[in-house]
Amino acid sequence: MGWKFTEAAFKDLIVKLKADYTILGPKRFVGQGRFSDTDLIRYDEIESLDEIVWNEKSTFSPKEVVFPITQTLFYFIEEKFLEPKLDENKILIFLRPCDINGIRRLDTIHLRNGPQSDSYYAQLRERVRFVMMECMEGFDTCFCVSMKSNITSDYDMAVRFGDDEVLAEVKNDDFTRYFSLDLPRVEFTPGFVQENTIKVTVPDGGEISAGIYNHDMWNEYKSRCIACGRCNTTCITCSCHTTTDIFYDDNMRAGERRRTWACCHVDGFTDMAGGISFRKDNGSRMRFKVLHKIYDYNKRFGEHMCVGCGRCDDNCPEYISYSSCINRLSQVIQETDACVKIP
Amino acid sequence: MRENPMMPKPHKVIKIDLETDLESTFRIEVDTPPALGQFYMVSIPRIGEMPISISGIGPGWVDMTIRNVGKVSRAVHSLNEKSILFLRGPYGNGFPMDEFKGRHLVIAAGGSGIAPVRPLLEHYYRNPDEVDKLDLLFGFKTPDDILFRQDIDRWKSRFDTILTVDDACGIWEGECVGLITEYVKNIKLSEYDKMEIVIVGPPVMIKFTAAEFIRQGVSEERIVVSMERRMSCGLGKCGHCKISEYYICLDGPVFRYNEAVKLVD
Ligand SMILES: Cc1cc2nc3c(=O)[nH]c(=O)nc-3n(C[C@H](O)[C@H](O)[C@H](O)COP(=O)(O)OP(=O)(O)OC[C@H]3O[C@@H](n4cnc5c(N)ncnc54)[C@H](O)[C@@H]3O)c2cc1C
Ligand code: SF4
Ligand code: SF4
Ligand code: FES
Repeated sequence: MGWKFTEAAFKDLIVKLKADYTILGPKRFVGQGRFSDTDLIRYDEIESLDEIVWNEKSTFSPKEVVFPITQTLFYFIEEKFLEPKLDENKILIFLRPCDINGIRRLDTIHLRNGPQSDSYYAQLRERVRFVMMECMEGFDTCFCVSMKSNITSDYDMAVRFGDDEVLAEVKNDDFTRYFSLDLPRVEFTPGFVQENTIKVTVPDGGEISAGIYNHDMWNEYKSRCIACGRCNTTCITCSCHTTTDIFYDDNMRAGERRRTWACCHVDGFTDMAGGISFRKDNGSRMRFKVLHKIYDYNKRFGEHMCVGCGRCDDNCPEYISYSSCINRLSQVIQETDACVKIP
Repeated sequence: MRENPMMPKPHKVIKIDLETDLESTFRIEVDTPPALGQFYMVSIPRIGEMPISISGIGPGWVDMTIRNVGKVSRAVHSLNEKSILFLRGPYGNGFPMDEFKGRHLVIAAGGSGIAPVRPLLEHYYRNPDEVDKLDLLFGFKTPDDILFRQDIDRWKSRFDTILTVDDACGIWEGECVGLITEYVKNIKLSEYDKMEIVIVGPPVMIKFTAAEFIRQGVSEERIVVSMERRMSCGLGKCGHCKISEYYICLDGPVFRYNEAVKLVD
């Protein structure tokens, strides 16, 4: 069973929810897009229903809600480590199934990779509730169906936006107390996109031979990729970061330890003291990223890291297509018969 | 309160020994002894953190031999005895000491790679019967780079030891000159199933030394290496140390070579 809201009733719900939640959703920033006369759509605090851009794909993912671009881990006063004061407000995010599946990948790394979970991530993450925006069509660069991340049941509420109504399914009863008593009930469960224009063939479940790592196919990216890291920053599942300390200009005895997103495509990611570094050329960085997303992570955790949101393809300034790269990789593997299926 | 794995704890520096122009060994107070081959994240507030192996273990302390190469290591080198150093850890898996028992062990270390194997050597120095035989093979760039000279002299009295320098610089009184790889064949190896080889050093040294042992008939499974990669968190979160499906900070730094050769950066 579901609920049916008129546009006015849903606007009213948002107002009521705002009393207890910080509401975040994909929002339009006019004229800030990558090309002239284009808009940027990114996650930000939502004041009213009209601000939620539900019928276009957001340029950036909602990653920064649970994993901020820069986060202070400690404030230092002399030799004292002080943890920042925790926010306690609850957070509600409007997001698509692929991004919910993507956040589950972030959970895996931050909470379950290794014996200790990341307390900063955990304390933010447990305050977050999901409103899944039904996504029946996808967009032209999406390939979530191939990545099996078009579907999720991990949401507190799911909504279908119509022209002048909103249908909702509620899984977390905490939300129904915000509904007015006369809200009409309807049959509603959300649907999911069943086919994308772009399809990728992922080399599933085999061992990749050494020949694939050294294959010519990566050479193209050597010169094409400019190591800007946009594919990493826009990716919902890229979780790498670097921790650095700073001291304040006006008081060297005080400072902070911060962590900031890091990108495996960008120079310096593997640098060690003594001038040693790995993956010096951009082709091997592309190889590293691609294999992490659709091979290494799967070997470790039993599902692919990439959720097929297509944002890396949307945002690469050099028009490198990661989805085409996966298909090419599968083809190369087939041709060279280098992928030995493990039963 | 939730436990914060990023929170370092203050530890007293008990003693500092100058080793070379660039390296010093810091003896630091700790409550619980780490496993041999593990590392700590060493922290100086407002400067940063860095991974450092344990180069010695004793009652209530650990040694760390730190090379002065950059921001954090420079700051550590400005500390004195009685200073406070911040640590979190220990992290990583350590050497498979049980699997070495009763075997003919060869420990090959290049340059500062000798630091993480020093606790192993001290362990076997005190418990020589734990292994069937122990051979040592050390290589340094020049005589001035030799670390733990007094320890090496002491170990020499109990174990067959080869100490070589790449460049004698006209001041080397030792017998061996040349790369460590050239001396692998001088070690008399036992039958296949009795051998265990430990190799620690820079990536290139590991690669060529392992190749030389393999040429002498040792199989990859009988070789153990300790790997170094860029690290930021030590906890399996930051991604810097990932190679193939492994995180060096969690699954390493110690790997069997048959596993290690399959990993691609
Ligand atoms: C498992 C492990 C054990 C190590 N053991 C020792 C040891 O016993 N003695 C010793 O002298 N050195 C050791 N190193 C190397 C040591 O961590 C680096 O020399 C140190 O990080 C340099 O930091 P810095 O701030 O002085 O230099 P900078 O060049 O200013 O380094 C900046 C940052 O780069 C990173 N970084 C630089 N080099 C390395 C590196 N080699 N490995 C990982 N991160 C790096 C650090 O995060 C550091 O904060 C070890 C490294 C690893 C991974
Ligand atoms: S790799 Fe590309 S398609 Fe896959 S989740 Fe990241 S941004 Fe989306
Ligand atoms: S966005 Fe494109 S050019 Fe930039 S790092 Fe990624 S692949 Fe390379
Ligand atoms: S050091 Fe951060 S994941 Fe290993």
